[in-house]
Amino acid sequence: MNAIILSALLGVVMMFSGIITKNKSNITKIAAVGLFLLLVANVLNTYGGYVVHVDTHSLLNFEKFGLFFNSIAITATLIYVLLSGKEIENVGVNTAEYYALIFFVLCGVSILSSFNGLLMLFLGIEIMSIPLYILTGTDKRNLKSNEASLKYFLMGAFSTGIMLMGIALVYGATGTFALGTTSISPSAGVVKTSFLEVAGLLLLFVSMCFKVSAAPFHFWTPDVYDGAPGVFTSFMATIVKAAGFIAFIRLFDTHTDVLGPTWKILLAFVIIATLLIGNITAVFQQSVKRMLAYSSIAQAGFMLFALYSNNDFAKEGILLYATAYSFATIGIFAILIKMKDYTFDGFNGLAKSQPVLAFANTVFLLSLAGIPLTAGFFAKYYMLASVVKTGGSLWLVIVAVVFAAISVYYYFRVIQAMYFKEGEPETTTITTGFKTGLVLLAALIILLGIFPSIVLNYFYF
Amino acid sequence: MPIQYYIYLCLALFSIGIIGVLTRRNAIIVFMCVELMLNAVNLLLVAFSKMHYGLAIGANPETTVGIDGQLFVFFIMVVAAAEVSVGLAIIVMMYRNTHSVDINFLNRLKN
Repeated sequence: MNAIILSALLGVVMMFSGIITKNKSNITKIAAVGLFLLLVANVLNTYGGYVVHVDTHSLLNFEKFGLFFNSIAITATLIYVLLSGKEIENVGVNTAEYYALIFFVLCGVSILSSFNGLLMLFLGIEIMSIPLYILTGTDKRNLKSNEASLKYFLMGAFSTGIMLMGIALVYGATGTFALGTTSISPSAGVVKTSFLEVAGLLLLFVSMCFKVSAAPFHFWTPDVYDGAPGVFTSFMATIVKAAGFIAFIRLFDTHTDVLGPTWKILLAFVIIATLLIGNITAVFQQSVKRMLAYSSIAQAGFMLFALYSNNDFAKEGILLYATAYSFATIGIFAILIKMKDYTFDGFNGLAKSQPVLAFANTVFLLSLAGIPLTAGFFAKYYMLASVVKTGGSLWLVIVAVVFAAISVYYYFRVIQAMYFKEGEPETTTITTGFKTGLVLLAALIILLGIFPSIVLNYFYF
Repeated sequence: MPIQYYIYLCLALFSIGIIGVLTRRNAIIVFMCVELMLNAVNLLLVAFSKMHYGLAIGANPETTVGIDGQLFVFFIMVVAAAEVSVGLAIIVMMYRNTHSVDINFLNRLKN
């Protein structure tokens, strides 16, 4: 509860801070302090400390899993603001408003991590999405940004419509918006209209696939991620996407038995399609930004495994995956938006001119590829191990490993360009603070790769 | 009136909305079709709410079953209004740069 209330309040505070001070770097500092307070409040909440106690009438259910994900999301946002704050200031004149929108997105994220009914799911998705439509279009003079914003908005509104239809049909069948319960008892003489529920759940599934950009509903992702200002792409591709997965898992935690064995076949199809399209298309990209968009689709395929296996192991795994993926991607984007040229060639010879950047970037890319000693390895390991634990579906694990091997190709292209090619990469000014931040983030990723229990143990206390 | 009629009507409205989103090229009309989808859902929720109420009232005259469906409708209206404000702002922004609200322009920029 703390995170929901405080993030909404901090959003308002940020809007007013734009009136009080015109100094952009001060606004970034206020936002960083606000995020830190939010993190403290949320950690307090995890251990039973409430700022205000609100009876939510079981619309929200605050359990460890969700609260801990909040902590991860807020930490990732804090890292993001500290690393890329300068770029947020450079997007346009309304810096305070951008931060306000980021706080509103976090409010939606905290609702999504602890909703207990379809009403809160809907509100959380919308509170998270609507500020993002605006953030995508912040580069107002740039046609690509306009295009991305309109496309994101139309696709988002369309998938919201589908989601609402799904919710309405589930409500018609069960008579309640609560998760995993049916209020119509057979004794009341009503035949359970399970056809409506199945249809509703399928529509919900489709709309959630839209939101997390799983194939075949991924087509908006590359254009939107490519067109949006780089800093906001970083935010969208990490924290927001991970929150979408948490919502997805919470939603289908209890409902799957209605769908029966078809559910696993359907999900396996979506996973394979997502891995295939994400990885194969990423191989052919010329722009690193677009490659990262497709790589985020491919990573979504891996995160879907948590939904597939649906056990405790998977829940731990998705938290680790969200952490590893968010931290590494935030780091890569922080470096990418410092470059003048977003193509692979733009990275040529970076190791000579900026060795620290090249080193940190290598660690992040290795983590995304899932090389041992980085956080990404254990994240992928937990995802696949959770499927193995369910008993069957070993073939799916093999497919995933093959695609992970393909993904190494396009991540290593960047490393190859940085270390083995000659060139004069143009970057904007890089401060020592930025370098230190990157090295610390890289160290954190290696630390998580050696002791993943740092994240996982926390889950149990 | 049987609940089926409402379901058919809502599905028809919803399908018109979906077909409109997929086939029309004018951003405003696409947007109106999305609104049509949302309103079809509103109608369906109200119908289901009434149905659940009607089923429960026989057993317990004091029942409040079905009230949450109508509550949901208000939330959908509020969110739809918020979405309209953002969506129209985006369309206006696009119009200022391209002097058109045709979404074919989106595909022109694809590399």
